[in-house]
Amino acid sequence: MAKYIGQAVKRVEDRRFITGKGRYTDDIKLPGMTYAAIVRSPHAHATINAIDTSRALAADGVVTAFVGQDLADAGVGGLPCGWQVDFKNGDTMKEPPHPVLAVGKVRHVGDPVVIVIAETRDQAQDAAELVEVDYGILPAAVDTVASAGEGAPLVHDDVPRNVPFDWGLGDADAAAAALDSAAHVTTLEITNQRLVANAIEPRCAIGDYDSARDHYTLYTSSQNPHVIRLLMTAFVLGLPEHKVRVVSPDVGGGFGSKIFHYAEEVLAIWCSRQIERPVKWTAQRSESFISDAQGRDHVTKAELGLDADGNFTGLRVTTHANVGAYLSTFSTCVPTYLYGTLLQGLYTTPAIYVDVTAVFTNTVPVDALRGAGRPEATYLLERLVDTAAHELGLDPGELRRRNFIPPFDGVEQPGYQTQVALQYDSGNYAGVLDKALEMVGYDDFREEQAAARAEGRYLGIGFSTYIEACGIAPSAVVGSLGARAGLFESAVVRVQPTGKVSVFVGSHSHGQGHETTFSQVVADQLGIPIEDVDIIHGDTDQVPFGMGTYGSRSLAVGGSAIVRSLDKVKEKGAKIAAHLLEASEDDLEYAGGKWTVRGTDKSIGFGDVALTAYVPHNYPEGLEPGLDFTSFYDPANFTFPFGAHLCIVEVCADTGKVTLKRFVAVDDVGNVINPQIVEGQVHGGVCHGIGQALLEGAIYDGDGQLVNGSYMDYAMPRADDLPALELGRTVTPCPHNPLGAKGAGEAGTIGATPAVVNAAVDALWHVGVRDLPMPLTPQTVWQAIQQAGS
Amino acid sequence: MSVSINVTVNGRGYQEEVEPRLLLADFLRDVLGLTGTHVGCDTSGCGACTIIVDGKAVKSCTLLAVQADGADLTTIEGLASNGALHPLQEGFHEEHGLQCGFCTPGMIMAAWQLLERNPNPSDAEIRHALEGNFCRCTGYENIVKSVRAAAGSAA
Repeated sequence: MAKYIGQAVKRVEDRRFITGKGRYTDDIKLPGMTYAAIVRSPHAHATINAIDTSRALAADGVVTAFVGQDLADAGVGGLPCGWQVDFKNGDTMKEPPHPVLAVGKVRHVGDPVVIVIAETRDQAQDAAELVEVDYGILPAAVDTVASAGEGAPLVHDDVPRNVPFDWGLGDADAAAAALDSAAHVTTLEITNQRLVANAIEPRCAIGDYDSARDHYTLYTSSQNPHVIRLLMTAFVLGLPEHKVRVVSPDVGGGFGSKIFHYAEEVLAIWCSRQIERPVKWTAQRSESFISDAQGRDHVTKAELGLDADGNFTGLRVTTHANVGAYLSTFSTCVPTYLYGTLLQGLYTTPAIYVDVTAVFTNTVPVDALRGAGRPEATYLLERLVDTAAHELGLDPGELRRRNFIPPFDGVEQPGYQTQVALQYDSGNYAGVLDKALEMVGYDDFREEQAAARAEGRYLGIGFSTYIEACGIAPSAVVGSLGARAGLFESAVVRVQPTGKVSVFVGSHSHGQGHETTFSQVVADQLGIPIEDVDIIHGDTDQVPFGMGTYGSRSLAVGGSAIVRSLDKVKEKGAKIAAHLLEASEDDLEYAGGKWTVRGTDKSIGFGDVALTAYVPHNYPEGLEPGLDFTSFYDPANFTFPFGAHLCIVEVCADTGKVTLKRFVAVDDVGNVINPQIVEGQVHGGVCHGIGQALLEGAIYDGDGQLVNGSYMDYAMPRADDLPALELGRTVTPCPHNPLGAKGAGEAGTIGATPAVVNAAVDALWHVGVRDLPMPLTPQTVWQAIQQAGS
Repeated sequence: MSVSINVTVNGRGYQEEVEPRLLLADFLRDVLGLTGTHVGCDTSGCGACTIIVDGKAVKSCTLLAVQADGADLTTIEGLASNGALHPLQEGFHEEHGLQCGFCTPGMIMAAWQLLERNPNPSDAEIRHALEGNFCRCTGYENIVKSVRAAAGSAA
């Protein structure tokens, strides 16, 4: 029956990209368009004493310039946070204003201060250089932990100790008791360093106000145009939503950083209204580094208790989470509900407690980045487990197997209720580990490792068995946890009179291949050729609503919305078919693109039914014409992909260089629609995770300057940094959505990082190295080797 | 002050007046409207703007437009001939060598240079040749396969 589902159908979106015909936001040129440059703070923390734009305004080609007070006077609001996380004691989250342009004070390097608009991009940038801002430099709060201590400079005067909220989850007493009575406690102090997303397309926004219709159009490089429209109209500009269209055309990667509502989107729209001309802003890469929300940045103490048999008895985690200078859109849920809830991992640990303190600093805001909270949770958990295995002289695979949650399918066996709020949907955790060990040839490797060690070569293998929560999320659940939005998805299936099908989805594709995957689903379910299906996304005027793409949710939630609409199409189609065939609906079956009267050769095709729906001459009485359905799908639960990643490294004892020898990733993402696309998602995710382990990290100096804010300075994986990746898969379907899909976009990133670091530590354990801070640069590793040997 | 330059792009001649400081990448995008060439950074680190200049792969943000006066340029828009995709374009499609597509034009052009010099590269040679081009989506795995496939089909 399935002709397309499960097949590596080649991507239908490729042709425009490989021929240079993609249409990204910066490719759009509108008549009369002006160009904006933004003057940003060069200081991490300073008062703004005076701003002089007179020389800029007199420069060639300059149209106008605005400062923060201009927006404040016009009633423009601040950028909102989308999730409220209150203090443990019940006090309300501290949510200081996040102005679009700074007023009175700047709070991080890159904080926008002035926008200059000119006839050309070069003129705007030249004029921006002429703006004079008199700053009064203040001491900066930079360090994640120290900024929450006594005497640290305050980022916001009305937020004591720079703490906007704190948060706890689990049973603190039970975890403490378990640790007190444990036969062995493994303790790690972990810094999960700050990362920069670095989507290769810099952010871009174009505002276009149409005075004749009093309508606004925003073109923006966003992962979720409807969310941007909602936040911008309802919270910032107070514009009527029906007069605002947001278009996210082709978007050059997001990785989370293009979820959030940014100041430049507001500026483009508001300024276009003021000058009644289109306004375009495109980030330079140096601007991206100081204006795109960054990721991770946790400092954590983690303790795992084990009994004499190696069973995990308790876990206690204490984390300081740096949120930067302002609360970005989803910054509050990332180090809480997307982090603490994952600390059960794949294990039966009976007592868990996590305590999180969020910390404002004079740095770029921190928000979701590929994985968002789940990589941080998985990293500490998997580092703890491998460390415990080393400390106890146990095999890391065997220790995991002793503690794995037994297999359950979520249908015959119930879902697994964790100690940290979530209920896992289905899983077979030993299955992925066994497969990965077989692929890597584990027993042979240990022999090879011993032989290499005898020669003075340091080989190591790292384990990582992870789980993640995707398909975010049941709206009522997240609402009860403080989310200020629902997290459903919508889809319209519009059958055209000729039987061709247009599908309008609220999910947004910026590399995920939705135009292919969704088409496979539609074509199979309707039994029509895939060429007859078109997927439309990224335009609030075309798609009724959408919550967008993040959290590996597009197939599990967006795909399910499509299936709902397809069901309605088939249901109505059956009524029309029954009428035309003069049969009872109950006697019809739909297969191969036609309705057939069971047990006969009487049938009618999908195209004929579609035409009849729009030319309803001979038509069921009382039935509306047309074949066009909208559905909203609100998931019943999160989905829980899982997997086992194994990494083999060689560490050069003389230089400290860590070389990846092999990387095996076995992932279970539920049912797979397009294996080639899923593998591509895993490849990219693993590469991102390896990048964090070996190369990446934003470095702020004590004054709050980002010292590696360019592609000359910030190290990311290049093609020759990686070995060929070896992928495997098991399939445990999601029991609660119609496609049985779980999500694949973040799995690789979540699983990979601890596998790499565990491998390096395994290679060096015998020389006394117990932990290595990320990224594992040669200098870091060499120093660790020297210190261990001294 | 503008300077007059003559360039051939994808087989077509252009005479344009440009500012001396205009980068070749911006000339292609903003003056000629050839937006297939992308700009991903400001330090010549990402490679998204790679094009062919007189037979060599060049990051077009490292040249001023005036330096290209008299040059013969090929951009991603000119790689297919008479509607037939170049083997590299076919390779990237078949092997899923692209996701968001933003780095893809530069990646294909850098690979074009490699195959000109070395029609049958090893995987290690492919990875080395592409190390000037960032991709954040694919983990490079399928890009390597794509170039290998193109090399095989061209041989």
